[in-house]
Amino acid sequence: MNKQRISLLWFVGTLVFALLSMLVPLPAPLQPFKPYWPALFLLYWSLESSDRVNLGTAFIIGLCADLLDGVLLGEQAMRLCALVFIALRFRSRLRFFPMWQQTLAVLALLVNDRILLLIVRTFAGESLPPASWWISPFVGAALWPFLFLLMDDLRMRLRIQ
Amino acid sequence: MALAREESSPLFAGTVAGTLRLILYLALAMVLMVLDHRNGWIWRLRYATSVVVEPIYHLAGLPAAGMRTLSVAFADRKRLTEQNQRLREDLLLANAKLNRMAAVAEQNQRLKELLDTQHSLELNVQLARVIDVDLGAYRHRMLLNVGARDGVKAGQVVIDAHGVMGQVVEVMPRTSLVMLVTDPDHAIPVVIERTGLRTVAYGVHEGDQLSLPNISMAADVHAGDKLLTSGLGGRFPPGFPVGEITSVEQSPSGMFLEGRARPTADLDRSEDVLLLHDLAEPVGPPEPGATAGPPSDLAPAPAPAASSATPPRAADPKPVAAPAAASSTPVQP
Repeated sequence: MNKQRISLLWFVGTLVFALLSMLVPLPAPLQPFKPYWPALFLLYWSLESSDRVNLGTAFIIGLCADLLDGVLLGEQAMRLCALVFIALRFRSRLRFFPMWQQTLAVLALLVNDRILLLIVRTFAGESLPPASWWISPFVGAALWPFLFLLMDDLRMRLRIQ
Repeated sequence: MALAREESSPLFAGTVAGTLRLILYLALAMVLMVLDHRNGWIWRLRYATSVVVEPIYHLAGLPAAGMRTLSVAFADRKRLTEQNQRLREDLLLANAKLNRMAAVAEQNQRLKELLDTQHSLELNVQLARVIDVDLGAYRHRMLLNVGARDGVKAGQVVIDAHGVMGQVVEVMPRTSLVMLVTDPDHAIPVVIERTGLRTVAYGVHEGDQLSLPNISMAADVHAGDKLLTSGLGGRFPPGFPVGEITSVEQSPSGMFLEGRARPTADLDRSEDVLLLHDLAEPVGPPEPGATAGPPSDLAPAPAPAASSATPPRAADPKPVAAPAAASSTPVQP
């Protein structure tokens, strides 16, 4: 019982941490390198404990992110829903990929996410972003193995599900 | 543990129900996006949830504030001494200039009293600190640490030491959101310092720039000209520096000159900003229901002076300084 509560707290805590990291600014030259943290953490959880993550979770996390970011209500909710849907559908395969293949899959998911964002922004009447805008998914994918191993290790140490 | 495979995640084919759920959520998200794009719901929602949202902003702003504190704490003595010296010199210079200006200002005041106008050179300001939070890339917004409880109202002008930064568009109890002058939805009525030509400076989509799309072909404008607020429209008080023209070329239609300007304010480096408390004097087209203005016993006297100062140019585009979120009509031509 207590164990369960701790693991739920850990789950919620990582997602809140992801939202906070999204808001923390980087120095201006590093700004385009900032990965999309909520997507990375949601991906991790949807691969590792799919009974907790479903489309509703992704939607709510996305709405919270929208509320904090103030860009357009529902934008990130849609992107995270699409991301989690794909991840859950291919979960069984993604989990047994070697790490480099998994990283490539994450890269594809993040690029797909950027394309979705581009479509939404185009419909909202904004201009095309500069080329540096496309760096972020690559940084996210490069961080993925470390994030995955770190989170797995922490989970093992804390002995939570 | 790892090998347990549920039927909710089959190896190859997904279930129809899962796809339907996805479609449902995507449709819901799209409805939200359209509603928000049309009505700006997110701000009402944000105000309603400000009890939760504001602490998160303050929390997310902590690392940046911490870095700032650390850089001060670990800055070496020599640099601090140098900075102190430089600031002292600046202060001395500014004070000397002020002393010289004082006589002129007094004379100006007297002349203005003779002319019966209500301009004043005093500033009624409030200091505010920028909360360093990433509000999505390419959005020209800024978060301040003062809000409705500190008496901030939407529409107040935000300046720094070098010029106009923008205006407050959303006020929450303890924070407020500023739209910068470079926002594509923003327009500010300006006057060119050298020639007195009035025009409107808009924000642009790309980069930290201002665009002046409708300068007449015959106008005498060139790179290096300084832009000041003109005070028309009653939102920005007159005489504050806005930008400096970097280039002037013909617009694609060939009917106007189109200028580009660089804002003088440090839009991305300012930590402390000033909020102007008194709004502009109602020169030019009177705002319906404006509260700022001369007392009622003085009202008849300045009215002719104010209207004579306004050129009767109907063709001049009405300077709309309100954000697009507040007015449904687009400000861009």
